[in-house]
Amino acid sequence: MLDNGLVKIIIAGEGGQGVQTIGELLAEAAYISGKKALYIPNFGVEQRGGVSIAFVQISKGEIGAPKFQKADLLVVLSQRSVERTRDYLKQGTIYLYDESNIQAPLIDDQAVGVHGYDTVAPEAFAKMVGTKEGEAITPPKQKDLTILGIPAAKVAKEQLTPRVFNIIILGALVSVSKVLEAEKIKEALERKLGEKFKLHPELRKLNFEALESGIHMGLDALTKEE
Amino acid sequence: MITESGGVKMAKETLAGEYQEILNNEKEMFMTGNEVVAWAALAAEADFMYGYPITPQNEIMYYWAKLAPAFGRGFLQTEDEISAGFTMLGGALVGKKTFSATAGPGNILMQESISMAEMMRLPGVWIIQQRGGPSTATVIYSQQEFRLTTTGGNGEGMRLVYSTSSHQELFESTIKAFNNAWKYRFPTFVLGDGYQAKMREPVVLFNPKLRNWEIIAAEPIAMKSGVPYLERDPVHLRNTFNIEEELYDILSGHLADFRRMKQEVVEWDEGGSEKADLLVVAHGIVGRAAISAVKTVNNQGLRVKYFRPITVRPFPGEALRKIVSEEPELKILVAESAYGQLLSVVKEELYGLANTIESYLKPGLGITAEEIEEILVRLGKKEG
Amino acid sequence: MVEKNQRVSRGIIENQNMPRSWRKETKPHRFCPGCGHGIALKALGDVVDELGILDQVLYGCDIGCSLLSWDFFNFDSIQTHHGRTIPVIVGAKRARPEIVGIAYMGDGGGYAIGAQHLVNAATRGDRITAIVANNTLYAMTGGQMAPTTLPRQKTSTTPYGRDPLITGSPTLGPELVAAIASEGSYVARGTVGDYNKLKLFIKKALLNQMEGKGFSFVEVLSTCPTNWRTGAKETWGFLQGKMENYFKVGELQVSQGNRLGEEG
Repeated sequence: MLDNGLVKIIIAGEGGQGVQTIGELLAEAAYISGKKALYIPNFGVEQRGGVSIAFVQISKGEIGAPKFQKADLLVVLSQRSVERTRDYLKQGTIYLYDESNIQAPLIDDQAVGVHGYDTVAPEAFAKMVGTKEGEAITPPKQKDLTILGIPAAKVAKEQLTPRVFNIIILGALVSVSKVLEAEKIKEALERKLGEKFKLHPELRKLNFEALESGIHMGLDALTKEE
Repeated sequence: MITESGGVKMAKETLAGEYQEILNNEKEMFMTGNEVVAWAALAAEADFMYGYPITPQNEIMYYWAKLAPAFGRGFLQTEDEISAGFTMLGGALVGKKTFSATAGPGNILMQESISMAEMMRLPGVWIIQQRGGPSTATVIYSQQEFRLTTTGGNGEGMRLVYSTSSHQELFESTIKAFNNAWKYRFPTFVLGDGYQAKMREPVVLFNPKLRNWEIIAAEPIAMKSGVPYLERDPVHLRNTFNIEEELYDILSGHLADFRRMKQEVVEWDEGGSEKADLLVVAHGIVGRAAISAVKTVNNQGLRVKYFRPITVRPFPGEALRKIVSEEPELKILVAESAYGQLLSVVKEELYGLANTIESYLKPGLGITAEEIEEILVRLGKKEG
Repeated sequence: MVEKNQRVSRGIIENQNMPRSWRKETKPHRFCPGCGHGIALKALGDVVDELGILDQVLYGCDIGCSLLSWDFFNFDSIQTHHGRTIPVIVGAKRARPEIVGIAYMGDGGGYAIGAQHLVNAATRGDRITAIVANNTLYAMTGGQMAPTTLPRQKTSTTPYGRDPLITGSPTLGPELVAAIASEGSYVARGTVGDYNKLKLFIKKALLNQMEGKGFSFVEVLSTCPTNWRTGAKETWGFLQGKMENYFKVGELQVSQGNRLGEEG
């Protein structure tokens, strides 16, 4: 994907799904790998409503403006995010979404202030991360997209814990984007959560398992698509 | 009595070395713009930050409050931005390098102290992370504080304002801002925005002294050594004058100093095609989008240049005018996330030239490289 | 009453010698005849002399008549914006704790436009000395109502007398500060009608700061014959009658609730 030197990635989901952590870790891992990276949390009109959007650019060379109009890779984690990110689609966009029939946690559209930059850490929303059954996401119907569905929320709920949902997504991103190695994501995780890992080694294990699980899901989805 | 907290003690004993090592080793880091500012203030040998929370600059205070005790530097969270501005000036008055950071409505409240600083030539550095306006608007982003920051207050806008477009420039301009604030004693600003405040990208942190950058020391303006009256004259400062002529004389002196400073501090960035049909003028983060766009269309064969003022006050007007006056057919495009605040300055600087000036104005809204590219392609097409 | 006035007047005449910390080049000063600022600033000057702190004092004055003291002393001074003297002095003191910071202002600067700074400096326990001259009105701008204007007192913006139902009751500054100031603070109200007591209060306020104990605050009941439109006798009568009846002179105990170092 780095063929043209620059990958533009958008991750969109509900306030409590840990979207910004995905963006931050992804950019940090790219940076650790010696690439140029720029991450900016949700901004602009996209911020309205509980939908949280992370913009990440990974490049071999200098990166221009932090905001962009069309995504090479779009990760969509709730139905509302499908609608909110429609304008970012272009021909050939890789569309990664969560296909689990689990209700994403919703924050009231009108709750001004919740959706600002200063969104509470994902951990605070941990129990809100989807656990209830609900309708699965319906991805767009366009023919010119590569659409990849993964059962992240389902696997998180049944095999790991809902809290590591976003780390599974991150794993899937590693497989799908093909610009980063899993080891670098682990390094980024260590940088961000190292202190916590020291105190609770089981957390490291859990996060790494989630990452591996996501990597496999991503690979499976790619195989199916082919 | 309150004793020093364990945290502060730990910071002094263990963190100072760690932080110093980062600066002394020219370390590349991946961080947010707010974090960059705190490090730059540290590198510029700032002594004290006085601040009041407002998004999107808050993390500057968080990082400074965390870093400062390790170096014996100070922080005070004041009751509002009015107080933050005036406490800053109190600190500067007695010889400390002081600064604050704010945005939007906080920037409005800060103008009162800035006006006094301008009159009394009290130095200070203000970091402005622009948010949407007018009023509370958004906590996110804009370039709408351009006018307020460059020419706010009830005076002549004798201020030095850097508009940055990358974390590296943010780091370096913040250090320059501290130096020039104490060198020229005009209120000095770093004009960033919510995007720069919150985005993460690589930056090389360095100790300016190791790159042979001079660090200008802060000198006491009042409370110098010696017993006043007996060993030296007492310092009596005021901002109130009795007659018009008295004020006019003082302002004439300040304005002359300001014009002199301009020659020494103006900075800009220009590039693109050697010969051009089009010139894009943009500052800050929009300037960065403009440069991306120009590079793309240059590769497509369009003859386009860019001009990005780095000091937006004083404005590098002569440099801009030189480019434009050399090419009478050159068409100009001004792009900004505001409704004509930069545009009016560009028009003033180019007054009398016949070149067409087009504009792309998006108050409070980010501008992407793709958008500018599209306009350049449209404007750049030769007729026939 | 007449006897007391005479004693005060005599006192002033007897003390014709200026404090050494007064700047003789700027005397005679620019306050109106009968203005209380001269007496308050004499007390301050005498205290600085007695403490021998000429080289330690940073003096800030506000907008309003207090600004006329900008070059009054032989110590360093800064005249600030209306209401902003406290933060300027707080900022200096935080940056250089060895300084003795004095913020001198009128009742507008202290209780109206600068009230937030007074309140927060007191609660933070900033080690500065704030002195507020209370003459019940805004003098420099033409005798408008101040937060301290007495009920039914006529001013240029209360031509029929201040109506507490419309504009509230006079602000009790020291009582307010005593209720919120942190432990170790010093709070008092003096009057230019009792010079020795005023001097004592100012001295204790400066010592309290110099010993690093806390915020120190002195309100000074002062006179404004120009705007009160009173002769000498009525001026002192108003000060020592209505004003001192409403605003009680003396030291105030800081609230016991405001202990430092206690967790909530």
